[in-house]
Amino acid sequence: MTLIVALLTAVALFDAAAAAEPPPQPAQSGAPIAAPAPDCVVPESLLEADSDLTHVADAVKDHHRLDISVIGSGSSALPGPDGARFAYPARLEQVLKGLLPDVQVKVTVHVALRQTTEQMAAGLAKVLTDDKPDLVVWQAGTVDALRGIEPDEFRAKLESGLETITAAGADAIVMNMQYSPRIESMLNVSAYADVMHWVAHERGAVLFDRLAIMHYWTDAGIFDLYAATKDYAMARRVHDCIGRALASQIVNAAHLDAGKLQTTR
Amino acid sequence: MAAMGTTMGTTTTSQLPAAAGERDLRLDLFRGLALWLIFLDHIPENVVSWITIRNYGFSDATEIFIFISGYTAAFVYGRAMRERGFVVSSARILRRAWQIYVAHIFLFTIFMAEIAYVASTFENPLYAEEMNILDFLKQPDVTIFQALLLKFKPVNMDVLPLYIVLLLLFPPMLYLLLRLPTFALAGSALVYVLAWNLDWNLPAYPNGVWFFNPFAWQLLFVFGAWCALGGARRLAGVLRSRLVLALAIAYLVFAFAITLTWHFESLARFVPVWLSDWMYPIDKTNLDVLRFAHFLALAIVTVRFVPREWSGLRSRILQPAILCGQHSLEIFCLGVFLAFAAQFIIAESSGGPLEQTALSVLGILIMIAAAALISWYKAMEGRGPTSRAKPRNADLAGGEA
Repeated sequence: MTLIVALLTAVALFDAAAAAEPPPQPAQSGAPIAAPAPDCVVPESLLEADSDLTHVADAVKDHHRLDISVIGSGSSALPGPDGARFAYPARLEQVLKGLLPDVQVKVTVHVALRQTTEQMAAGLAKVLTDDKPDLVVWQAGTVDALRGIEPDEFRAKLESGLETITAAGADAIVMNMQYSPRIESMLNVSAYADVMHWVAHERGAVLFDRLAIMHYWTDAGIFDLYAATKDYAMARRVHDCIGRALASQIVNAAHLDAGKLQTTR
Repeated sequence: MAAMGTTMGTTTTSQLPAAAGERDLRLDLFRGLALWLIFLDHIPENVVSWITIRNYGFSDATEIFIFISGYTAAFVYGRAMRERGFVVSSARILRRAWQIYVAHIFLFTIFMAEIAYVASTFENPLYAEEMNILDFLKQPDVTIFQALLLKFKPVNMDVLPLYIVLLLLFPPMLYLLLRLPTFALAGSALVYVLAWNLDWNLPAYPNGVWFFNPFAWQLLFVFGAWCALGGARRLAGVLRSRLVLALAIAYLVFAFAITLTWHFESLARFVPVWLSDWMYPIDKTNLDVLRFAHFLALAIVTVRFVPREWSGLRSRILQPAILCGQHSLEIFCLGVFLAFAAQFIIAESSGGPLEQTALSVLGILIMIAAAALISWYKAMEGRGPTSRAKPRNADLAGGEA
């Protein structure tokens, strides 16, 4: 009798487990495509935002301008002489200008290699006074994972940084790490990604889930992130696609109807 | 004090009630299954790891592994301590810790080889920053020394160092558990509470602390040992209670519902803010109470539906898992190595779900074959065809600590 009960429970649990399993390839579920770029589509579910970017919306609607500050470490830049021109912050500016032709878009970049979240949080106040941004895009986590900073400490710095941004009257997007299949076995980023997820959720910031998006690109065969190459071409394409996806998330989360803005020009 | 006196009385008269009987095959079965799950979870991005329990509740295979390790350690060395005394049994425990240390360093060597290979072959401007992870190769003197001190532990190599520390501290704990079990368990719980309140942990290199905090995880190990030395029998009344079972099932359902919200973002909004404020983060490093409770609930339900004398434990279909559970150190190390190898193959060939599944199955088959081979060696070395002959060495009695 007990055996039967155990078996039934096991079967029920297995069914529940099977039902809980999300589809491995979101693209096949026919999810709408958000980014307009031809070769690096991102399912809309990966660009959903918990919170609205109200300051962005106000700046665009009332003042027809949008000032964005990007703060980050090495993965917000590309090596090479024209690295800055092809890295995602510059691409973001270009794409936003195209989407919002009526708006004066300005992206200021504060990228320094090997910066931990603590160091970036310490520099935030100056950035906020100098740039007076409507939106801060804060890319964090990679250097903290590399240095093995305690997740609790990481969490505290991220929280205090987001507080500073909110107090200065700006919206915030936190961007997590790159997905790097080769290095995955050596660098455990998931603990830091979890922290970013929860802190963003609790502090009313928007999470740009770069990790999940790049993961999706690998699964869907859009980019071969395993490839070993010295060539800059792929890195530039990835940054271009990140810039596009980020622009599209900003437009969605601020409820800017890009098409309408264009027609009412 | 009176209660302690009674406890002492029972243990001395019945000569380790739980350990006196035949080995509980459920321990081997579930430890074997835990070893398979740990292997599957250690292959990043493995589709097969969707079946592992960490996706359906708070605790994962690590809890099962540590609890059963504590249980079997007490089972094996508890008897040794009664029969041969403190010094001999302590010497055996320390020898075991040494074996695990050697195994850990062996795995570290393999890991270094993999890293060095990636460092010399992989280059991509997209990952210029992430490649700094390989910086430690530039100063191998420091790195290797820190690894020998168990301070430098690459990803997925945290469990064995925890096990080593737990065993190093086990002789006095076992001594106490045999005499004042309740007091010993209370002491362990006190250390757990103090570790939480005073932020106790061991330092790691280059930064931070141990991923598995020994001061916290010792509670599960000691609890396992306590259960083996008569605690389980004392809890029998609790385990038979329908109310306890109902609570355990309710908690498992609750944990399952919460984990669903991790996988499906859209469900997260149904978790009330006060609940998430109270609940998160669910800390693995310090063995969060929610994780411990989840393991207890799982154990209560399992013990209820899989009784000790369950005939299925003798069936052929479960023998592979039992076999793996009986040689846990070897199979654990092999599992870590196979996970390295599998992820390496997947990375080199950009393998999809089909390849991941094939490698997962192959890995488990290799683990089973290795466990069978080890059993064969032990049988051949004159310890009887199966566990029938009374073994001289408790460590090798078909099952180890």
